[in-house]
Amino acid sequence: MSTVYDGESGEFVPPQEIAAAQDESLLQVLGLQVEFRTRDGVAKVLNGVSYHVNAGETLAVLGESGSGKSVTAQAIMGILDTPPAFVTGGSVTFKGEELLTASAERRRMVRGEGIAMIFQDALSALNPVFTVGFQIAEQLRLRRGMGKAQARAAAIELLEQVRIPHAAGRFGDYPHQFSGGMRQRVMIAMALALDPEVLIADEPTTALDVTVQAQIMDLLAEIQRERAMGLVLITHDLGVVAEVADRIAVMYAGRIVESGGAREIYRRPGHPYTVALLESLPRLDLKGQQLNTIKGLPPSLTDIPPGCPFHPRCRLAQDICRRQVPEPVPLDAARSSACHFTGELMDRV
Amino acid sequence: MGRYVLRRLLQLIPVFLGTTFIIYTLVWAIPVDPFAGKCGQRPCPPAYVAAMRAKFNLDDNLFVQYVKYLGRLFTGDFGQTFSGTDVSTLIANAYPITVRLAVVALVIEALVGMTAGVLTGLRKNGFADNLVLVATLMLISLPVFVTGYILRGLFGTPRGTSFVDLIVPGIVLGSLSMAYVSRLTRTSIAENRRADFVRTAIAKGLPTSRVVGVHLLRNSVIPVITFLGTDLGALMGGAIVTEGVFNIRGIGGLVFTNIQQQQGVVVTGVVTLLVLVYLVMSLVVDLLYAVLDPRIRYE
Ligand SMILES: Nc1ncnc2c1ncn2[C@@H]1O[C@H](COP(=O)(O)OP(=O)(O)O)[C@@H](O)[C@H]1O
Ligand code: SF4
Ligand SMILES: [Mg+2]
Repeated sequence: MSTVYDGESGEFVPPQEIAAAQDESLLQVLGLQVEFRTRDGVAKVLNGVSYHVNAGETLAVLGESGSGKSVTAQAIMGILDTPPAFVTGGSVTFKGEELLTASAERRRMVRGEGIAMIFQDALSALNPVFTVGFQIAEQLRLRRGMGKAQARAAAIELLEQVRIPHAAGRFGDYPHQFSGGMRQRVMIAMALALDPEVLIADEPTTALDVTVQAQIMDLLAEIQRERAMGLVLITHDLGVVAEVADRIAVMYAGRIVESGGAREIYRRPGHPYTVALLESLPRLDLKGQQLNTIKGLPPSLTDIPPGCPFHPRCRLAQDICRRQVPEPVPLDAARSSACHFTGELMDRV
Repeated sequence: MGRYVLRRLLQLIPVFLGTTFIIYTLVWAIPVDPFAGKCGQRPCPPAYVAAMRAKFNLDDNLFVQYVKYLGRLFTGDFGQTFSGTDVSTLIANAYPITVRLAVVALVIEALVGMTAGVLTGLRKNGFADNLVLVATLMLISLPVFVTGYILRGLFGTPRGTSFVDLIVPGIVLGSLSMAYVSRLTRTSIAENRRADFVRTAIAKGLPTSRVVGVHLLRNSVIPVITFLGTDLGALMGGAIVTEGVFNIRGIGGLVFTNIQQQQGVVVTGVVTLLVLVYLVMSLVVDLLYAVLDPRIRYE
């Protein structure tokens, strides 16, 4: 078991309740810290992110744009651009194995086969000058040692699994010849090629038409169920979250401010930021009325306010919020929230 | 695609006519007596001059001259020099040598330039990057005849005109483009290095050699290859200085001596061929572009 460097207190602490969860967790992120060192200064983008996902489970990661959802995913995959990004603390374990200190070669072997990832914009994420068939088959040839014909057959089968019509005929097509939805299906087929145990989907439907979004989400949910994968679904579509997520992790300014079971959090959010997020959800019964957006802007990551990073925008903020960073406090075995006034908030609702 | 090629070929016609007419005018309209010094110390006998003026249509106006010249050109007749040698023979002897020299230069600039470009593009501001930056700056600022004389001093003039013999002159001829290719590759690699599709390739668990050698390189060479395509024509035209320095009997030497001797037919013939090569290469490059980047479709 790895020790964890806690950037806040400056001590090595293995949090007990999370350590217990670690045994069963497929993928476990603990106190992850990442900073971007640029000419304009150091941006502390992740300030101790912890979440985990189990086999057969869907974890939704929520949060405004810029809160660090993608950076966390990239740090897990080991595909951060270094420089400027540096992992400065924390731990990422996959099936109990520490990845952050693993060799480059070992990390490469985990990619695709252990943990795979799909990206928001399939058009730019696929290589424009190679056919989709080539891009799927190359993994099978390089990582599975398949021959050309065998890899082709397997790739076509994958394209069929993500329900691309006339899969065999489309093997030789280029990414730009597909519609947005079909392209994202190609991306999913590619991610499934090495039969990963965890799939990280970074806003897989954001770039798509509304009508197509639901189809892609259904496909992802179905595949997750069939393969009993752990799915980390990064999204800001709260409607989707309510439908497919088992658990939720809410991110703000590079921290997880609340995490727990999806249904529990929806019913009784334990953090003012989660409350604000849920209030910003467009509701059918309020159709035509102005959308509630969260007032103010997320903090600049080169200049995170002292105390609770949410305090400038928080309706419940008190003096202590400006002075002291709220630590994540377990509410029960599966839930935690990082707010000085979680108790009051939950009693009120 | 076929229609596109046809349209492009049709577009070449006015360009070809325009450039060749300009060349013809420049060569034949110079107010110098083409027969000065052609007959030793004495002025040429009037009968000879009259015969020559008739043979080269010098009494027609320039435009008629040009049309007549062009008409013969299309039947494959490049004409004769004042002394009666077939220009086509002269060109047939000189052209292959220059083509070989240009190809050697092209291969060298592609290999060296692209290698340097990839290495520096991957590690911007590293040691290799600065080294290449200084080296290319030197190559760019040194005139070709300076690099030419330096290398000739070190290695001498080539013994023959085989590919191996032409390596040193090829380096000189290709040095400027080599610097350009390395910078073009560097920029292209550095730009694509952070592209999403490169990140995807890494996320797929591919080895670094494959991520760089296949996914990154294949996208980054598109502008480089198209540059190399147009450069072949430019290299052949630019071979004049290099051929002069290394005493190579290619078309450079041919043009050079015939400009001095005012042999207009030879000059127009050679330059017309160069223009043709240039135009055809630019068409080839356009088509190559569509092959290299499947997103581009011509119709
Ligand atoms: N290449 C980069 N250079 C500097 N800062 C970056 C870079 N990429 C991301 N960041 C910073 O990291 C923060 C988190 O980004 P990201 O994880 O993409 O947010 P999101 O939650 O929207 O996915 C952003 O606010 C941004 O300022
Ligand atoms: S700690 Fe204070 S400022 Fe932060 S969310 Fe809780 S109440 Fe709001
Ligand atoms: Mg993102």
